[in-house]
Amino acid sequence: MRNRRPALSEAYAPVSPVKEQMAHLLAHQFEDLEQQHETDTLGIWVFLVTEIMFFGGMFAAYTIYRSLYPVAFEAGSRALNVRLGAINTMVLLSSSFTMAMAVRSAQTARRKALTLFLVLTMLLGVLFLGIKGIEYHGEYFDRVVPSLNFAPQGEVLQRFTTGGLGRAELFMCFYFFMTGLHALHMIIGLSLLLVVLLRARCGVFSSQYYAPVEVMGLYWHFVDIIWIFLFPLLYLVGGRY
Amino acid sequence: MASPDISSLKRDAAPPEPHVVPVRTYVIVFAALLSLAGLTTAVAFVNLGRFNTPIALAIAFVKMMLVLLVFMHLLYSTKLVRVVLFAGFFWLALLVGLVLIDYHSRSWIPDPAPWSSSAPPTHP
Amino acid sequence: MSATTIPPTALPPPPGTRVDYLNANYGWTSWLFTTDHKRIALLYLVSITLFFFVGGALAVLMRIHLIDPQGALVQPETYNKLFTMHGIIMIFFFLIPSIPAVFGNFLVPMMIGARDLAFPRLNLLSWYVYMTGGMFTMYSVIHGGVDTGWTFYTPYSSTYANSQVIPVALGVFVTGFSSILTGLNFIVTIHKMRAPGMTWFRTPLFLWSIYATSIIMVLGTPVLAITIFLLGLERLFHVGIFTPALGGDPLLFQHLFWFYSHPAVYIMILPAMGVISEIIPCFARKRIFGYKVIAFSSVAIAVLSFLVWGHHMFVTGQSIYAGLVFSALSFMVAIPSSIKVFNWTATLYKGSISYDAPMLYALGFIGLFTMGGLTGLFLASLSTDVQLNGTYFIVAHFHYIMVGGAVMGYLGAMHYWWPKISGRLYPEGWARLAAAVIFFGFNLTFFPQFMLGYLGMPRRYAFYPAEFQFLNVMSSAGASILGVGYLIPLIYFFWSMRYGPVAGPNPWGATGLEWRTPSPPPTDNFERTPIVTEEPYGYAKQEAGLV
Repeated sequence: MRNRRPALSEAYAPVSPVKEQMAHLLAHQFEDLEQQHETDTLGIWVFLVTEIMFFGGMFAAYTIYRSLYPVAFEAGSRALNVRLGAINTMVLLSSSFTMAMAVRSAQTARRKALTLFLVLTMLLGVLFLGIKGIEYHGEYFDRVVPSLNFAPQGEVLQRFTTGGLGRAELFMCFYFFMTGLHALHMIIGLSLLLVVLLRARCGVFSSQYYAPVEVMGLYWHFVDIIWIFLFPLLYLVGGRY
Repeated sequence: MASPDISSLKRDAAPPEPHVVPVRTYVIVFAALLSLAGLTTAVAFVNLGRFNTPIALAIAFVKMMLVLLVFMHLLYSTKLVRVVLFAGFFWLALLVGLVLIDYHSRSWIPDPAPWSSSAPPTHP
Repeated sequence: MSATTIPPTALPPPPGTRVDYLNANYGWTSWLFTTDHKRIALLYLVSITLFFFVGGALAVLMRIHLIDPQGALVQPETYNKLFTMHGIIMIFFFLIPSIPAVFGNFLVPMMIGARDLAFPRLNLLSWYVYMTGGMFTMYSVIHGGVDTGWTFYTPYSSTYANSQVIPVALGVFVTGFSSILTGLNFIVTIHKMRAPGMTWFRTPLFLWSIYATSIIMVLGTPVLAITIFLLGLERLFHVGIFTPALGGDPLLFQHLFWFYSHPAVYIMILPAMGVISEIIPCFARKRIFGYKVIAFSSVAIAVLSFLVWGHHMFVTGQSIYAGLVFSALSFMVAIPSSIKVFNWTATLYKGSISYDAPMLYALGFIGLFTMGGLTGLFLASLSTDVQLNGTYFIVAHFHYIMVGGAVMGYLGAMHYWWPKISGRLYPEGWARLAAAVIFFGFNLTFFPQFMLGYLGMPRRYAFYPAEFQFLNVMSSAGASILGVGYLIPLIYFFWSMRYGPVAGPNPWGATGLEWRTPSPPPTDNFERTPIVTEEPYGYAKQEAGLV
């Protein structure tokens, strides 16, 4: 229901005309830009809830197996590069900061700042994926990639065997599936950021109309939150002392 | 309809004004997030026994709340949005909780073979 | 912004004809690139009807095969593929979209006084996503189909099956997103786009049931998506999360699968219940009994439905304690459904009942859904489920709910809202005949299956002991009658589009905002955004001449 109570005459009069230059931004099913903005915002939050359940299914499976095989999961976790993982966490948190600043720039109608922060966010996102790629390469080199070349050597093999080789491979499955799915969401996010960036450069956004930037921000922060949990759950299992 | 009775129209709570968060707030939260990320990594290298995991999860939870409340403007959002988000987390908890009930109660009866964490599977 | 808009590219209609959503534009591009929720509803109507008849054809083949205890038609491997594909197509491509995608899309904006859904382009995308998933599944059907059962249990589906698991899994995965996006659209629309005065408790109960359904779609379908995703990865890479060789548990697949698939059955039945809540007051000329109770029951069903999935796993290795928990919860979830049945019955009491086709379907629904629901209690009890699980008792139980319930609700909705959708009346005599044929055919098909299951005939078997032949033949005879019964409406609905009498705005004298528009409605639904001041189902007022 609309949040304003319309006067009787207002209800039967045509809706107060939106400013000429804004008219093309208002979709026909909405009464005004405020309703459109609220609707877009609610829409992205509902979508994020579906993403919680989507990733959540894998988190649930992970939780089950971790509670069943703690030793194997610890061993698997130690095979990961915690240094690069920590750096990546900082990178992603920084990109969340720049994204929040981008939304703020849109709200305050600062086009140049908006463009700058969007570009920074994208660069940090690309950096994250690059570091991830380096990690994956390292894991391939260490031969801990399930199905592809799972044949760990030396110290890694010793640690894996303590908890059960199969179960350590199970952990590695989770590692690749969960970070892979996360990386896929990052790639989608980068593509969407590009679209928002191009629109921003054309000067489409203003303090009255910045919903797409806000929606983009919410998605990006959500992907960051997923990583906030992936990092300790995958890289820091049981401690690294 | 001659003259509809608009006194029956309900008024929801007025929507909050779009809140512009000050830069200072963002910077402080960002600094806190980086510190917490560093903290969780550092703590992992310290032997705290069974507390390593709960501490790491607690730090992750705090980071998530900072991002949610400030970066994602949940502090300034409507009640509906908060209910929607809570529902998401609650449903995930249902999934994990009820499935865990199964796995952890399997060993309460001697047969069939228990899914214990230490013994490897012994079926032929 | 509130006037009916005619796109400049449309040909002007002949003088004297009213512009409505059907004739506002012509040409296939105006349909395939439409964002009008009513046209998208019709796109869905055509697609799901096609899938219904494909799934139905598979059922016909199965019933012909089962005339003979040794199997009359196909090899056992093929029979496995028949029941699998029948299940997948009927569930994912017919039942789950049916009422929400056709009637939800058409009616939700109209019932709340809006011009369209919150996200019209997302709505169109939902249809394309649905069709893409459907194409993957059809590819699989053509190339030999899948034989894992619609439940895809591992490790057979992930490791040992030689059939087209990946294309079908991909099809189901993709179509799931159609469901998610539709549910998202409905939730946001209902929250944010109700007309002035349209408070939650003035919305029709159909809207409440669509809202509850959307909650399930949005919260449950993503879990199915990730589960199918993991299944696909496991099959492609020969390693994965459900592999016992690695310490994985096939039962985890079942947990994740049923976490969605049990609420999914409520996705299938809740909208049908909403339809019944619309039809009964109209054809009993009486306000619905217990509006708020029905509304809250809908939401309660949506929530409770997520707590009972373990009753599909009583005999597959779940712990007995978990089984106890799920059994108790399964009994509880029956309560809101029963409350609804009592409320509908109370609405009928001292009502002025007319037996038009929609009412016949609604009455049939109440009886058959009740039977299906009661037999569900046998299955919710641990001890009886041990005997009945995996038998035809289960098959009969869910067909009573899904066909006797959901499909009857769907047909009731078709007949009730057809005048609004097409502007034409269907032939009432033929409609009543078809309803009777369907009711008779349905019971002849599925009642014997209760007996078969109770006597011990297993499901998903291509052959059976000779003593079960009589009941199987009865069931197959019923299936042929049921098939004929479904063809009759197909024919007369098409017929009515050209030769049916023109329907006015409100041929049933029903309450509700959708009946205040012309039939068919204009593209923007309402010339002015209505202001709502009345409670719903004001039939008593109508009778007293106050409205």
